[in-house]
Amino acid sequence: MSIESTGGVPVNAEPVGADIDAPAQVPPNPQKGMFGIHGTGDVSGFGGLVRRRPDVTGSPKPYGGYFDEVTDALEEAYPLFADAIEKVVVDRDELTLHVKPEKIAEVAQIMRDDESLRFELCSSVSGVDYLNSDARRLHVTYHLTSMTYRRRVRLEVAVPVDGAVPSVTSVYPTADWQERETYDMFGVIFTGHPNLTRILMPDDWEGHPQRKDYPLGGVPVEYKGAEIPPPDQRRVYQ
Amino acid sequence: MTAPGSASSNYATERETTEGRVFTVTGGDWDTITGSIDPLSNEKIVVNMGPQHPSTHGVLRLVLELEGETVTEVRPVIGYLHTGIEKNLEYRNWTQGTTFVTRADYLAPLFNEAGYCLAVEKLLGITDQITERANTIRVLFMELNRISSHLVWIATTGMELGAISMMLYGFREREYILDIFEETSGLRMNHAYFRPGGVAQDIPESAIKKIRDFLVYMPKKLKEYEALLSGQIIWQERTQGVAVLDVTGCLALGVTGPVLRASGLAWDLRKTMPYCGYEDYEFDVPTATTGDVWGRYLVRIAEIRESLKIVEQALDRLKPGPIFIADKKIAWPAQLAVGIDGMGNSLEHVAKIMGQSMESLIHHFKLVTEGFRVPPGQVYVSIEHPRGELGVHAVSDGGTHPYRVHMRDPSFVNLQAIPAMAEGALLADVIAGGASLDPVMGGCDR
Repeated sequence: MSIESTGGVPVNAEPVGADIDAPAQVPPNPQKGMFGIHGTGDVSGFGGLVRRRPDVTGSPKPYGGYFDEVTDALEEAYPLFADAIEKVVVDRDELTLHVKPEKIAEVAQIMRDDESLRFELCSSVSGVDYLNSDARRLHVTYHLTSMTYRRRVRLEVAVPVDGAVPSVTSVYPTADWQERETYDMFGVIFTGHPNLTRILMPDDWEGHPQRKDYPLGGVPVEYKGAEIPPPDQRRVYQ
Repeated sequence: MTAPGSASSNYATERETTEGRVFTVTGGDWDTITGSIDPLSNEKIVVNMGPQHPSTHGVLRLVLELEGETVTEVRPVIGYLHTGIEKNLEYRNWTQGTTFVTRADYLAPLFNEAGYCLAVEKLLGITDQITERANTIRVLFMELNRISSHLVWIATTGMELGAISMMLYGFREREYILDIFEETSGLRMNHAYFRPGGVAQDIPESAIKKIRDFLVYMPKKLKEYEALLSGQIIWQERTQGVAVLDVTGCLALGVTGPVLRASGLAWDLRKTMPYCGYEDYEFDVPTATTGDVWGRYLVRIAEIRESLKIVEQALDRLKPGPIFIADKKIAWPAQLAVGIDGMGNSLEHVAKIMGQSMESLIHHFKLVTEGFRVPPGQVYVSIEHPRGELGVHAVSDGGTHPYRVHMRDPSFVNLQAIPAMAEGALLADVIAGGASLDPVMGGCDR
């Protein structure tokens, strides 16, 4: 009964159910969820085109503005500069130092203490998940502010999914909750953190919601004794 | 402490009699003696304050360890209002993002929008192309919003420290500002009024008149607040010398805004790293040197006065002109207008796209459904929020949706200071100290 296929659509396909003498079957509905929505759809804005993320390349010297002063001061104060700083990127009037993960606490210490750097305030610590970029897909960014010189700089480290980053809480105590949030949302482990627990999600939550391979979906909710499934698993009306 | 009755005790010998235990004291360690006979002396109580508690400004939970009335340990627990705003942003286009971020810190929605829009504009490289009128409107509205946020602070803190009438007055005056917002954007809160590229629609004349009236009305009310609170002995006792945090503590814990300025450091991003043309306005940065709740109260009242000065200057600068960037690839095509049922497309625009110009319809459809593309890269933009530094870290991968947006919300960072301010103090001072940070859980948990 097999139908010879030449690689295209089988033109002489038997109707479904014809071989078992049963009424023609309704083909299985691939749609599911409310209003036939499956998954979260293509929200990339690329309309199904393959995305190519351009590689982040280091910027050539001179960087311009105060960026040269900052990098020169750090190079002078930190003998391991060439080893610890993977690349220096200047983009949109912002300076980013890509730091080796194991060196971040040392670099932060010098950034805070050196007379010509003086980044007293750690404004923000957060993560970005660059899924499908390379093995070190989880990035942690530190935004430092120098109140003395009115400058800003971004430190960035990249680690694999099960990678660890030394905590900067001993240098900047304000990083405490922000590192907890980054752990909670991305699963980056901060070694040496005094209390690395979840902060925004419940303690028994599984997964790290801000990762790119974590769907937007939902969780079942109990309401007045009945369990309400998440929107993408509710029954279909059509 | 030497164990009672132990052989090595040099201080007191004891013996059992029919009357109970009797000590023969030769002087010295009285703590050992009282400790051994009073089983209640080191009893600790753990109290959960919140997450449902009128004095915790929303769903903040504080786990307090008390010895009598003294707080020995505070552990803030947050996350009860986590709504996943940052995750949701990644599934909407860049313009729709303002509708989400405005809901984070619901007492300062326009600041969330401003921070987000400035970040998107920096990513697009169009910061210089924002029209003067749009920037002036942004400054005007941010300062009005700062006043309304500080008014809620005075209102709720007054209520928590026993000045109930202050709450009524604070909310009454705030309502006036919300009316101005409603007249312009169609909504009292959660406006989505600032958009990447400008503001959604122009200010109507009636709203400008209202702002002028408010500039006359508000200074009188401020005098009333000060007459009500500043000289009042209960207010002074509850705030002076309470929850002190010095500059070192503030910087270590990342605390910014009025709390930092109340401890003496005049760090205000409007002055130190200006944006939206703040460098052209005449205003002072009020500071105090006490570093306590009283100082934070003085700073906030003074900031309301400074904001009124900025509002007045912004009104004088408001020259007719476009409110959106000229680039039609970014500018929202619809001429939005406020109707009786809220904000929507203006009738002229609907008539044009439905009846006259097919190209306009296509353009409208593409820009509204798909949005504009933002070149890949990342930026960090920070603005002076009523509570401190609001930072927005926005990452684009070149698409029409944000790849990642992180909001460094001042409520989240400042809340870490509660243990430093409250441990060792009395239970009642936890309320005063927590209130003086002005945390808003919508922004904290996002």
